[in-house]
Amino acid sequence: MACGIAIALLASGATRAQAAPRGLGSVPHAADIAALDIAIGPRGDELPPGAGSVAEGAAIYAGRCAACHGANGHEGPDMKLVGGQGTLASAAPVLTIGSYWPYATTLFDYIRRAMPFTAPGSLEADDVYALTAFLLHANGIVAADTVLDRARLPTVRMPNRDGFVPDPRPDVP
Amino acid sequence: MRASRRDFFGRVSGWLGAVALGGVGAHAAADTTKMQGAPVRAYGVRAAYEKAARWLVPSRYPTSTASFTPLAALHGTVTPSALHFERHHAGVPDIDPVAHRLLVHGLVDRPLAFTVEELGRFPVTQRQYFIECSGNTNTEWAGPRGADVQQTHGLMSCSEWCGVRLAEVLAECGVQPAAAWIVFEGADGAAMTRSLPLAKCLDDVLLAYAQNGEALRPEQGYPLRLIVPGWEGSTHVKWLRRAKVTAEPYYTREETAKYTDLMPDGRARSFSFVMEAKSVITTPSPGSTLVRGEHEIRGLAWSGRGRITRVEVSADGGASWQTAQLHGPVMPLCHTRFTLPWRWDGGPAVLASRATDETGYVQPTREALTAVRGVRSFYHYNAIQQWRVTASGTLENV
Repeated sequence: MACGIAIALLASGATRAQAAPRGLGSVPHAADIAALDIAIGPRGDELPPGAGSVAEGAAIYAGRCAACHGANGHEGPDMKLVGGQGTLASAAPVLTIGSYWPYATTLFDYIRRAMPFTAPGSLEADDVYALTAFLLHANGIVAADTVLDRARLPTVRMPNRDGFVPDPRPDVP
Repeated sequence: MRASRRDFFGRVSGWLGAVALGGVGAHAAADTTKMQGAPVRAYGVRAAYEKAARWLVPSRYPTSTASFTPLAALHGTVTPSALHFERHHAGVPDIDPVAHRLLVHGLVDRPLAFTVEELGRFPVTQRQYFIECSGNTNTEWAGPRGADVQQTHGLMSCSEWCGVRLAEVLAECGVQPAAAWIVFEGADGAAMTRSLPLAKCLDDVLLAYAQNGEALRPEQGYPLRLIVPGWEGSTHVKWLRRAKVTAEPYYTREETAKYTDLMPDGRARSFSFVMEAKSVITTPSPGSTLVRGEHEIRGLAWSGRGRITRVEVSADGGASWQTAQLHGPVMPLCHTRFTLPWRWDGGPAVLASRATDETGYVQPTREALTAVRGVRSFYHYNAIQQWRVTASGTLENV
């Protein structure tokens, strides 16, 4: 990495010296940026190569997720992932991926960075695509034969996509 | 090996033959003028008699839970670093500060990686700011629930933070015209991620490396965290490793599935950042027992929109109010301590406080708050808190 930084500095040092006010910080190697660039926005620009199917996801879910989230994603003991559509305006709203989350890209992003709880960041991209496909299917959002990849995932429209409003506060008279 | 207070004093008097001077029972005082005290030491600890501690909310996952500041045991406006509330999503990482980097990239002219040492060479900014979890006081939406002020309001603390203004660091990188948001990411096991509007980032956001005069505590983000003055605690990303400048927010899990406010009509508010004006009486509060006679009501007030300008106190459940004294300096986006002398005659009393900030915003009642938002929004509860004094002098949440 030190060698990469040195080369990058040689390449861009002249313009940096002119424009950067203090000359602090080092120019990161493109590969080092890419390794950290894991946050996925709704456009999906940062989604990695790979693909996964609903069926593959079902198998991974059973082995890596069901112990905490239940056999079908709604039994717990931890966060409910499945169900709840139509409950948000009721006295007992159930907030799940299917009922609440506005973007499918968030699912890939969060599973990859933070799950499974006991081994965060341990799943390969193919596994994360598969789990995402499985959980979207379990919520009735994609068909059983769906295969997700970087092109397909950002096109999935979530049921509660238009369910969020800007903060109107102060709102209490 | 834990000794009770009685054991400790018993042993002291036995070993040294000290004479109790006016002591009573277990609290007989040793004569400390007839012996050498403890030697100097490299890093101090509090007195052995002081037991104030964070309350750990019961959880099956001790790394993904919260601890609450013991507000009733504290004085002034600064929270001791060791008692600052915690909310972690995947525990406290152990980070070597020499190896740590903050990467700034995305819509910038010059992506740069900064060491903590380099960030320390930028001009320092030091300010006292509160941090309040947006889930603070969430037990009270459905009515009085929390046992005491630590449980109801303890996800809130205040420190002096030192660091570099994020704007200074962004200037080093050259923010491009298309930039409108920044996605911040921590180096914890959840890689905690939040999107913040660029305007706030250029205004008063700090990259903090110090708290109350020393390096950040590990549980407060060592070696580097974000301070987002006046905004909900989860935006103050700890163990900060990355800032990606973007055109749009990224709708991360922590700004969609969580930290959004569900309204009665089934819609939810997102990016509801500011913590509105709030106050609470910390003394007396549940856990203490009043005797008849003179007391001083003490509490804390704060607002994410600026300075506290007024705190009123009621002893009759809000039927009448008296203006409390504010103890300066009153700083914006910071705890403000208020006090009011009060005499308890043994009769019925319901103590409450109500804060007003410099925008003219007045802290609402629970009834007014829930009339607008219902009881399912979980976050951003800031209604007036009431403590009822019972005939025996104890206090309870009502």
